[in-house]
Amino acid sequence: MSAVILAADGVNVAQNVAFGIIAAIMIFAALNVVTTKNVVHAALWLVVVLSGIAAQYILAAAEFVAISQVLVYIGAVMVLFLFGIMLTRAQIGKEFGLNNKGWALGIPVGLTLFGLLAWVILDAFGDDTLPDRGPAPTVALSDQFLSIYLVPFLAISFVLLAAAIGAIVLARKD
Amino acid sequence: MLAAETVELTSGWFLENAWLTGLIPVIGFAIIIAFGKKLPMKGAEIGLASMAGSLVIAVGAGIQWIQRTNSAEEHSEEAVGLLQAFGRSLPSATEGEAEPFIEPVVKTWVWWQNSGLEFGIGSSVDGFAVLILALVAFIALLVQVFSIDYVRDDRRYTHFFAAITLFAGGMLIMVMAENMVQLILGWEIMGLTSFMLIGHWWEEEANSRAALKAFFTVRVGDVGLLVGTAIIFFGANQWAVDNLDSNGFNIAAIQAWALSGEANTQFLLWGAVALFIACIGKSGQFPLHTWLPDAMAGPTPVSSLLHSSTMVVAGVFLVARIYPVFWEGFNIGTGGLSFIAVIGAITIVIAALLAFVQDDIKKVLAYSTVSQLGYMMLGLGTGAWLPAVFHIVTHAFFKCALFLCAGSVAHSGSHHSFDMKKDMGGLRKKMPVTFWAWIVSTLALTGVFPFAGFWSKDEIIDNVGANGYTFLQWTALGGAALTAMYMTRATYLTFFGEPRGAAAGHGHDDAHAEEHEMEHVSVGAPEPRSLSSAANAGHEAVQHGGEGSASDESHGGHGGSGADDGSDHHDGGGHHDEHAGPHESGKLILVPILILSVGAVLAGFLNPTPLASRFGEGVEFLKKYVEPRPTAVVTEEFLASGPGESVVLVDGVAYAPSVTPAAEGGEEGAKKSGCGFTAPEAGTVCFFPSVSHAEPKFTKILLSLGVVGAAYAVAIAFNVAFYGRRDKRLVGLTERNKALRGGFLFLKNKYYLDALYENVIVHSVAHPIAKAAYWINQKVIDATVNEVGIGTRKTGQWVYDNIDQKIVDGAVNGSGWAASEAGHAMQSTQSGKIGQYGALLFGAATVGAIVLVLVNVS
Amino acid sequence: MLAVNFLLLAAALFAIGVYGVIARRNAVMVLMSIELILNAVSLNLVAFSLMTGAIDGQVFALYVIAIAAAEVGVGLAMVLMIYRNRKTIALDELSEMKG
Repeated sequence: MSAVILAADGVNVAQNVAFGIIAAIMIFAALNVVTTKNVVHAALWLVVVLSGIAAQYILAAAEFVAISQVLVYIGAVMVLFLFGIMLTRAQIGKEFGLNNKGWALGIPVGLTLFGLLAWVILDAFGDDTLPDRGPAPTVALSDQFLSIYLVPFLAISFVLLAAAIGAIVLARKD
Repeated sequence: MLAAETVELTSGWFLENAWLTGLIPVIGFAIIIAFGKKLPMKGAEIGLASMAGSLVIAVGAGIQWIQRTNSAEEHSEEAVGLLQAFGRSLPSATEGEAEPFIEPVVKTWVWWQNSGLEFGIGSSVDGFAVLILALVAFIALLVQVFSIDYVRDDRRYTHFFAAITLFAGGMLIMVMAENMVQLILGWEIMGLTSFMLIGHWWEEEANSRAALKAFFTVRVGDVGLLVGTAIIFFGANQWAVDNLDSNGFNIAAIQAWALSGEANTQFLLWGAVALFIACIGKSGQFPLHTWLPDAMAGPTPVSSLLHSSTMVVAGVFLVARIYPVFWEGFNIGTGGLSFIAVIGAITIVIAALLAFVQDDIKKVLAYSTVSQLGYMMLGLGTGAWLPAVFHIVTHAFFKCALFLCAGSVAHSGSHHSFDMKKDMGGLRKKMPVTFWAWIVSTLALTGVFPFAGFWSKDEIIDNVGANGYTFLQWTALGGAALTAMYMTRATYLTFFGEPRGAAAGHGHDDAHAEEHEMEHVSVGAPEPRSLSSAANAGHEAVQHGGEGSASDESHGGHGGSGADDGSDHHDGGGHHDEHAGPHESGKLILVPILILSVGAVLAGFLNPTPLASRFGEGVEFLKKYVEPRPTAVVTEEFLASGPGESVVLVDGVAYAPSVTPAAEGGEEGAKKSGCGFTAPEAGTVCFFPSVSHAEPKFTKILLSLGVVGAAYAVAIAFNVAFYGRRDKRLVGLTERNKALRGGFLFLKNKYYLDALYENVIVHSVAHPIAKAAYWINQKVIDATVNEVGIGTRKTGQWVYDNIDQKIVDGAVNGSGWAASEAGHAMQSTQSGKIGQYGALLFGAATVGAIVLVLVNVS
Repeated sequence: MLAVNFLLLAAALFAIGVYGVIARRNAVMVLMSIELILNAVSLNLVAFSLMTGAIDGQVFALYVIAIAAAEVGVGLAMVLMIYRNRKTIALDELSEMKG
C-alpha cells in the first residue's frame, strides 16, 4: 500500500498530473532534438529529455535508476556529446542543411512505427493500471546485481573498460 | 480297299551316293583354284581325276539302275503286305503290258527348312538322270584329255581347267537334282562357267563381248526359269503337301501334280510357257539362238563340251525332266500344235539355212547344234520323249567329235585359223585320222544308216509323223536334207580342194610375231582370220592374194563375217611347232576324237527301234531303262485304309486282271488312256504320261534315207562345181541375181536378228529407258532427297534464328538481363548513406512488425 | 494511472528517435537520436518492472544506461576520427559503403 493520497476512487491524481506534464515536456523536447537547426540546442534539448526521463523513473518507483540516469546520462554522456560537438566544429548558432535528403521518408516510418506500437500497446495493456508501490529498495537491486546478474555485471565492467580503451585508441592523434 | 502287291526294288551304293558325281568336280574346282598352278600338270590332273571319279560313279550308278529295273520284273510275282514308303509301285498284271514304275533313288540333305517348307540338296537318280550323268562325265573327261594338248601354254591354263571342271560339276548337279531349286543352282553354275569360258581370252574385246552376249541372252531366258518355277511352285505346293507329303519344288511331286488332273490349267500353261522360255534361251532356240554362234569365241574344247553336247542340252533336259508339266500345259498328247514343237521346227530350219553362209567352221557346227537342238525340242513337243532323249546322247557323241575335229584341224592344219575359205582345203591327205573321224561323225549327224544319228533322228521324225504332225514331219525331213547339204559344203571346203592359206603352209604375221618366224610371211598370203578385228585393221594391205579368198560370194560379206559376228576367237598361244605346214595332231588330241567317233558309230544301237521287230524288244535298251513308266503309283495314305477287294491298277484305271489295255497307242489313233490322258485313280499318282511309240515302218526309213541321200548327191555335185571347178554359171551368181543376193545377204546378216536385238531392243532399253530412269533418279528421287535435305536445313536455320536465338537465348539472356536490371535497381539502396540505411532498417522492421502483429492477432 | 501511459510515452520517444536517425545529417545528431531510442527502451523496461513488480526491469535499465554510455564514448571517438580524416561528419557525404 502506498502512502500516496488518492483523490478519487483509486486514481492517483497527482501522479497522473505529474506524469502528464513531464511527458508533454519530454515530447516537446524530443521533437526539438530532432528538428532543431542548432546542434548545441539539440544537445540541450536532449538534456531536457533525459531529465524528464529521470523524473519518470522516480514516478515509476525506480529511484536508483533515476539517480543513475542523471549521473551517467546527463552528467557524463551529455558532456561527452558537447565535447564531441565542439571538437567537430559544429557551427555556433543555426546551421543549415542539418537534415539529409531523404528526411521526408522518416515521417511515415516514424508515424507508422508509433501507430503500430500504440495499437499493440493499447491492445495488450489497454486497461491495466499500475499498482502502487513504494520505492524499490536499492538493496534489492544490488541483490540482483551480485547474484543472478553477476556475470552480466562483470561483463559490463569489461565492456566499459574496453570502451574506454577503445575510445582512447580511436581518438588519439598519432 | 486294296490289297496291293508290292515290289521290292534293289538299290546300291552307287545309286545311293550318286550325289558324289556333282560334288567331286566342285571339290576339284576348288583344289585347282587353290593349288593348281603348283602341280606338275598345272591342275589338269585334278580335272581329269575328278571327271574320272564322276564317270566311275555314274557308270556304277547306271549298272545298279539296270539291276534295279530288272529286279522289278523278277519280284513282280510275289505279294507282300502293306507298302512301306512313299509310292512303291504296283506290280504288273499277269500278262504285263503295264510295267511297274521304277522309283528314283533319292538321297538328300535338308537345305532349307522354314515355316513348313523344306527342301533338300542331294540326288534323285533314275534312268534318265543316270544316262545324262554318265554322258556328261564321259564327254567332259574326253574333252579334258583333248584340252591337255590343245590348250597347252595358254595364258590361263589352270583357270581353264578349273572352269571346265566346275562346269561339269554344275551340269551334274543340275541333272541329279531332286528339286527345282537345285536344278536352278546347277543351271546357274553352268551359266557362270559358260561366261567364264567363252571369255577365256577376254583381253580381246570381241571375246568378252561374246561372253556377255551369251550370258545376257541366256539370262533373258532365265527370267522365265525363275518365273516358271514360282508359278509351278504355287500351283503344285498345296497338292504336293496334301497328297505326297512333299512340296512344290520337288520334281517328282511336280510331275505327279501335273498328271493328277487336279492341276489348274492356267498354272500349268503359264508355268510351261515360262519354263520353256528358259529352255529357249539356254538351248539356243529361235529367237534366243543368237548367242550360240558368237559363243564360238571360246576355246574349241569349250565349244565342244558346253555348246554342243552338254550345256545346251540343259534346256532339253529340263523339258524332258518335267515333261508332265509341258505335256499337260501344252496338251501335247492330244495332237494339237504345241508351242515347243513350233519353236523347235522353226529353229531347225533357220539354223540350217544360216549354216550355209558361214565361213568359220566352228560357226557351221554351232548352227548345226542349234538345228539339232531344234530336233530335240520338236521331238519333245510332239510327244516323242524317248527319241529326243536318245538324240541328246547320239548328238553329244558326233557333235563333240566334230568340234574336236575342227579343233584338231585348227591346231595342226590351219595355224589356229577357223576360216574355211581362207586357211583350209585339201587337208584330208595331211590329216587322215581327223578326216575320217569327221566323215564318220558327219554321216552320223546327217542320219545315214547305220551311224548313230540315223537311229535317233529318224526316230524323232518318225514319231512326229506318227503322232499326226505331218507338216512338221516334212519340215524335219527338209531339215535333214539341209543338214546334209551344209555339212557337205563344210567338209568340202575343209578337206577337199586345193589347200589355201595356212593349209598351204603359209604362215601369218600377227600380234604374236615374236613366236613366228617372218620367213613364212609371203606376199600372197592372205590375212588369216585368227586375229581380233582391231589387229586386223593394220594388216589390211595384204588382202585377197590367192585363190583362197577369191570367192565372189563372200566378197560383200567378207568384212561382215569378221565384224558382224561380234566375236573372234584366237586359239591361245599354243605351242607353235609347225612351221612345216599342216600335219596330223598329237595323240592327246586324236584319242578323244577317235573314242567319240566310235561312239558316233555305235551309240545308235542303244535303242535301235527299227530292229525291234526283228530282234525283239530287248534291243530297245533306253526304252526299257531310261524312259519312265507311265504307271500309276499308289500313295501311302490310300493303302493304309485297310484290306479289301483285290484290284490291280494299271495306268491308273482299275481293271480286272484279265483285261489290260495296250499301253502303246498305234499310229491309227487307238483309244488313248492312262497316265497323261485320264486322271489317275484316287490314291494314286502318275509321274510320266503315256507317250506313244511309233511302229517303225520300212517305207518311212527308206523315205528319210532317200531324202538324205538325194541331198548329199545334190550337195556334192554343187560343191564340186562351185568350189572345185568354179563353174562359170555358179560363180558370182548372187552378184548377178538380185533375188539370190537379197536372200544371201539376209542369211549373212542372220536374218537381221542381231541387228534387231542389239540396235532396236537393247538400244531402246539402254538409251531411252536408261535415260528416263536416270532422269527420274536425278530429278525425282534425288530431287526429293535434296529437297528434304534443303528443307531440313532451312527448318533448322529458321529454328535456330527464331527459336534458338530469339526465344531460348532470349529467355536465357532475358533472365540475365532481368537479374542485372534487378541488381541495378537494387543498387540505389546501397548508397552508402547511413540515413537511408537507417530508413530502410526501421522501415523493414516496421513492416515486419506489422506483419507479425497481423498474423498473430487475426 | 494507466500502464499505457509510460508505454505510450516510450513509444513516442522511440518513434521520434527513429525519425531522428533517418532524417538527421549530422553524425552527432544521429547519435543523439539513438540516445533517445535507448532511453525510450529503458523507460519501457522500468514501466514493465513497475507493472510486474519484478525488479529485473530496473536492472536491465541500468544495464542499458551503462551500455549506452560506453557506446556513446566509442561512437563519438569514431566521429572524431572521421572528422579528422574527412573534415566533415555529414552522413550523406560519408558514402564509402556505397555499392
